[in-house]
Amino acid sequence: MSKVKAKKHSPFIDMTAMSDVTVLLLTFFMSTATFLPKEPIRVTAPASVMEIKIPDANLLTILVKPDGLVYLNLDRPNDKLAVLDLISKSYSNLTFTDQQRAAFLNQPSIGVPIKNLPEFLDKLPVDQDDFLKGSGVPTDSLNNELADWVKFATQVNPDLKIAIKADQDTPYPKVSNIINTLQDLKQNRFNLITTLRGMPEGY
Amino acid sequence: MAEINTGGGEAKKGKPKKQNLRVDFTPMVDMNMLLITFFMFVTTLSKPQMMNLVMPTKDVPIEKERQSKVDKNKTVTIILGANDVAYYYFGEPKYEDYNSLIASDYSPAGIRAMLTERNSKVLINMIELREQKYQEKVTPEQFNERSKEIKDDKEGMVVVIKPTDNATYKNLVDVLDEMQICAIGTYAIVPMTEGDEFLLKNYETKGAAYAETKK
Repeated sequence: MSKVKAKKHSPFIDMTAMSDVTVLLLTFFMSTATFLPKEPIRVTAPASVMEIKIPDANLLTILVKPDGLVYLNLDRPNDKLAVLDLISKSYSNLTFTDQQRAAFLNQPSIGVPIKNLPEFLDKLPVDQDDFLKGSGVPTDSLNNELADWVKFATQVNPDLKIAIKADQDTPYPKVSNIINTLQDLKQNRFNLITTLRGMPEGY
Repeated sequence: MAEINTGGGEAKKGKPKKQNLRVDFTPMVDMNMLLITFFMFVTTLSKPQMMNLVMPTKDVPIEKERQSKVDKNKTVTIILGANDVAYYYFGEPKYEDYNSLIASDYSPAGIRAMLTERNSKVLINMIELREQKYQEKVTPEQFNERSKEIKDDKEGMVVVIKPTDNATYKNLVDVLDEMQICAIGTYAIVPMTEGDEFLLKNYETKGAAYAETKK
């Protein structure tokens, strides 16, 4: 009679299949990860309990620095070009070369006075970032270029949603100035970008 | 799979020992898992939230009737002052009594406590609904629908928010947030008027500003 021998198992588990699965998952998450567009300034948005996520597309973000400088972010490249065309039409002495238009597409933010735009677009990307930091879109009542950008952007894309991302330390008059500009353009519905905080205990 | 088994039978003396060419994938799996966790967090965290804000149209002034329809006992005016101080008063402003303006702040014991007490009838329903949402008894659509119904309650409060030039954007968002927390259905951001400036001044001077006008 032969003894029943326990088959010797190797303590070594084959991890290849597991590794395949993880790599697949990793590829999926990497491809779906949407990174925020580069912003010329760092903005700390205030916290709120609202849980509505910002939409994926058709968004015009108005960035407001604590000292009131304003930058714009338009997410769709085609819209950006169309808006640039409208701008160069309404500012009759401005024309953009193909190179400048390409540079405009590559630069994620709009943040210089329109009269400086050709000069700005001729710069190298590295210098553009420095240039952006000190400028911003003019918003004062005499030369309200923000109104022009918003007007043309909503003309080009009627579905455009407007979001204001202001720093939490921005004085209220700077924000109200922007809200007023939007109201003048009959853009009465807009969004304030906030970060999430939990509902307080007991509510 | 990942092994190339070259060992055939027992190693014999004199012959070089055949190696088991097996690659250990465990560290690779560990690393992948870490990366997956990272990307999972990045995708969910990078998306900021937003708060809807509807401002009135500028061309059409709000009709006087609609303005005065609001029950005076149910209105609160919150004035956002400097240095994170918020002032509030109920109903109509009382210019002669500086104590009618109450200084408060954005902490839980400040405006939130006041609104919670005043809006308790509506808030109780809202808290119940939120509880159901946490327990996943209602779908997000149902939740939105019902929270709208609850907020439309006639018993609900009406809040007027008046930010001064010294307030910060954070103050504004904090107050708008309190509207969410305390389930206030009707609120509006209104610019400061001369009367409000006077109220503030009267409060700071403890009634001296009003006494001045009497002279």
